[in-house]
Amino acid sequence: MSSQLLGWRDLPIGAVAFLSSKEYPTGEWAVFQPKIDEKKCIKCGLCWMYCPDGAYRWDGESVPVPDLDHCKGCGICEVECPTKAIQMVRV
Amino acid sequence: MCMAILKKVEQTMMALNGDEAVAWAVKQSNVDVVSAYPITPQTIIVERISEFVNNGEMDAEFIHVESEHSALSAAWGAALAGARAFTATAANGLALMWEILYITASTRTPVVMAVVNRALSAPINIHNDHSDTMGARDSGWIQIYSEDAQEAYDNTIMAFRIAEESLFPVMVTLDGFTISHTLQNVSVLPDDVVSEFVGVRRIPRIKLPRIHGDKEIPLMLNPKYPITFGPLDLYDYYFEHKVQQNEAMKETFPIIERVHREFGEISGRSYDPVFMVPYRTEDADVVILGLSSTMSVVRKIVDDLRSEGKKVGAIRLRVFRPFPADHLRKELSEFHAVGVLDRCISFGGEGGPLFTEVRSALYGLPSRPIVHDYIYGLGGRDLPHSLIRKIYEELLSARAEPEVPVVRYVGVRE
Ligand code: SF4
Ligand code: SF4
Repeated sequence: MSSQLLGWRDLPIGAVAFLSSKEYPTGEWAVFQPKIDEKKCIKCGLCWMYCPDGAYRWDGESVPVPDLDHCKGCGICEVECPTKAIQMVRV
Repeated sequence: MCMAILKKVEQTMMALNGDEAVAWAVKQSNVDVVSAYPITPQTIIVERISEFVNNGEMDAEFIHVESEHSALSAAWGAALAGARAFTATAANGLALMWEILYITASTRTPVVMAVVNRALSAPINIHNDHSDTMGARDSGWIQIYSEDAQEAYDNTIMAFRIAEESLFPVMVTLDGFTISHTLQNVSVLPDDVVSEFVGVRRIPRIKLPRIHGDKEIPLMLNPKYPITFGPLDLYDYYFEHKVQQNEAMKETFPIIERVHREFGEISGRSYDPVFMVPYRTEDADVVILGLSSTMSVVRKIVDDLRSEGKKVGAIRLRVFRPFPADHLRKELSEFHAVGVLDRCISFGGEGGPLFTEVRSALYGLPSRPIVHDYIYGLGGRDLPHSLIRKIYEELLSARAEPEVPVVRYVGVRE
């Protein structure tokens, strides 16, 4: 988040978001975050698809990488992973 | 309404009730989307519009939804996507829209809605009072109160321009049954004249440098330039957004005035002054101030009392939001007494909503009139001539401003 907070005159109208969600490190909220065992991962991409925060970075071929600055730690990826390659660990 | 009708363009005189007059205005205003919930307390407004759409006389998407909450949600969504959107409701239907009233206004979405003023439950009543729209006074909508079917037609056409130029949603109100179901001769403008007056909706552009760089992007839902309306906004920004919205509402006065002036030029029906219409007030000692159709009866009593030599006048407020406090101070400061007609109760409040605001506006003046509140007409109760006379007599004999405001119920059995 911006360190300099804007005044009401400088905000865009309509209460539209003026910062990209990329600028909000919501990963700070997480209590647990995913850790992937690369050997077990079959690169199916289900974690990438199911993550409600769009936190996974995936090129379509390699092991997906969760962006821990934005992962809120819901654990959905752990449940959906077909090979149990993901384990939620306390941060 | 005593408006000079100068024949600028050939207009068709049609026998329409207030609902049909609004439907005709919507039909002619290049509206893209109409959403409505088609059961009580809905009115003939959307019934006629659905006929127009069904008969191919109106090129719009008509969405039947499952509640008023959804009706306004659909209109809001359509307007965010760039459409010119309209919906209509009344009474409890407006109450069910509550959440979306605020959302529509706070995202600065120019939806136009006709509200047929009807009493709120319980007990169930379908007749006229202003409890519904007065309850919505703080939701951020512009509110224009019509006196008759002609004005309901004119206000609806103007509302599209006012909404889109100010980026505030507009509520056009008409009294239930008194206006909505009463047949009147209405001058209807030619389609092409209205179409040209309202034009095509223009989408404003904004800059979001942190997301879209230097580019100006349209303030709408557009996959090419994604933006988010009304996201989570806690103690760090919510307050700023609300102050911005409130300050912006004050800037709608000149827009409302200009649109009325331009409409006067094409229609020959002049709405000047726009915010409040005085009647025989020049040398009046006391006036009654009120809204909507009741004021045409009040004017008749003014004439009667004038012929008896009593110096009385009347003022009809047309725009309640934004509240024209400056105009009011100028207009009211010289009178001996002002009687405010409130067709609504604010339970537990110190008078009706119109009274509290009028009295507060006058408080800072070095000399100000005595102000009385008269609550009348709830649930469609008549306000007969004799009671209006009584109010004037009371105002004429009022001696001093009471320390505690006096709220009088007019026409209720003890
Ligand atoms: S824990 Fe939840 S938020 Fe975090 S990467 Fe997995 S699915 Fe996404
Ligand atoms: S769901 Fe599991 S197996 Fe599939 S890509 Fe993600 S971590 Fe690998």
